[in-house]
Amino acid sequence: MTPIMLELLFRSLWETVLMTGASGLISLVAGLPLGLALVATARGGIAENLWISRILGGIINGFRSVPFIILLVALIPLTRLIVGTALGTWAAIVPLAIAATPYYARIAEVSLREVDRGLIDAVRAMGGNRWTIIREVLVPEALPGIVAGFTVTLVTLIGASAMAGAIGAGGLGDLAIRYGYQRFETNVMIAVVVVLIVLVCGIQWLGDRLVARLDHR
Amino acid sequence: MNSFISAAAIGAPPQAAVAEEVVRLTDVKRQFGVTAALDGVSLTVKRGEILGIIGRSGAGKSTLIRCLNGLERADSGEILIEGRDITGLQERELQPLRRRIGMIFQHFNLLSVKTVEENVALPLKIEGVAKSERLRRAHELLDLVGLADKARAYPSSLSGGQKQRVGIARALAARPALLLSDEATSALDPETTRSILALLKDINRKLGLTILLITHEMEVVRGIADRVAVIDAGRIVEEGQVWSVFADPQAAITRSLLGGIRPQLPDTIAGRLSPTSGSEAILSVDLAGPQAQGALFAELLAVLPHSFRLVHGGIDHIQNQAVARFFIAVPTRDPALAGKVEQFLTARSARVEVLGYDTNHA
Repeated sequence: MTPIMLELLFRSLWETVLMTGASGLISLVAGLPLGLALVATARGGIAENLWISRILGGIINGFRSVPFIILLVALIPLTRLIVGTALGTWAAIVPLAIAATPYYARIAEVSLREVDRGLIDAVRAMGGNRWTIIREVLVPEALPGIVAGFTVTLVTLIGASAMAGAIGAGGLGDLAIRYGYQRFETNVMIAVVVVLIVLVCGIQWLGDRLVARLDHR
Repeated sequence: MNSFISAAAIGAPPQAAVAEEVVRLTDVKRQFGVTAALDGVSLTVKRGEILGIIGRSGAGKSTLIRCLNGLERADSGEILIEGRDITGLQERELQPLRRRIGMIFQHFNLLSVKTVEENVALPLKIEGVAKSERLRRAHELLDLVGLADKARAYPSSLSGGQKQRVGIARALAARPALLLSDEATSALDPETTRSILALLKDINRKLGLTILLITHEMEVVRGIADRVAVIDAGRIVEEGQVWSVFADPQAAITRSLLGGIRPQLPDTIAGRLSPTSGSEAILSVDLAGPQAQGALFAELLAVLPHSFRLVHGGIDHIQNQAVARFFIAVPTRDPALAGKVEQFLTARSARVEVLGYDTNHA
């Protein structure tokens, strides 16, 4: 591999990390409250409201049913509005975050729903309000699952970011397609795959370590 | 168990034995679909008293106890907690009220990601007490329940009995006027159950804390309750002092729940009992109070020698009252003997019942 290729590889890695990290963070910040809202408004939840629950669920399902490559194109006007351009790494973060948020909301919902109802009863019996239940019970007790789910989301985002190459976002996936596939440079393809494997394993390992530290069950 | 803690150090001083009611329920009803979980329940709990509510699973006892702190809503009726009706209150209005009511649970319901001391301090955190103060109080309570050395441990490292002790400490943190116990010993082994009951009794005596507990085990009621209410199909079918209900249960459900704890006619005899004839009449004799000490039988033998033989039975002591239940066999050679025995015992306030006739007294 030439130094130029190496530099290209590093730049692509950085672009992937940037896209994944930024959209991952957004999906965490937006998806967790959405997951909480889904659990809270569901039947028997702490703020039961079946209408809100159905509407939220519908919107989330809607976004989740659109294939990412189509969402990428469909969101171009919105991306332009937010970032100023529809091209490049930063532009890819908008559709990635919008795709990852409902995905993560569902994952967070599953973890939050698993929290023992008895614990909610206990805090209600102490005189805790909904906010107390969220802060002292739902989020802390579901935290291992919330973190593990975030790890899954990040890994999924790495895969999705490869498609963002379609709008010139760069990143490892883009590099692999343009050099490895279209130019038959097998070395580049192999290098990209190795870097991706290391990246995914690293994220998974960190996530698992964190979950182990958080889990006291 | 540290028994040197004075009541004053823990908080609520023992209340004078005033007949003040902490809980008063009037005709409380709660319907789930077509089944009535509570079908017109009325009862009262006086300050400093331990009331045990016993019933089979599905009898409505869980719904009942959850209505008392508003975790469950009553459809109709009145629920007074320290004189205040809670039935019409909004969730937000219930919250400060619930701080006057501690609750312990069958499955302990401790937060797994918080340490023992954080669990105990949580009610105070909700109340807005400063961190140093609530930790000080948590340690005081952990001392009371004998778990001072586990303050920094996580609940998952504790045994069931220790978890329930933490649950009790947590329930007491906000100095409640009433403690609700929702099958608190049902997940524990008999030995641990006894130690938890002893702790609750101790707290009741030291702090004058009113306790309402629900259970399906008569042992629990026998162990610590002052009064017992028997619930069946959403109704209170029997209520009274524990010793008197044990001595003279009225409802069929009460007799059945007492089955495992009161002497019963041995199966071998019950199996060959004839309703009409036999060489011996089998009588059950129920006694309570001073008469139950056993002297009665010596007197009976003095008046009517060879009039009976003891088949089965025993004397129990509940709330310092002797409660006895014996089964005796009276020979039928003399047809009038059984009548005389019955008359003698009944005159001394025993309850006698002819259960049948035994045809084989070998």
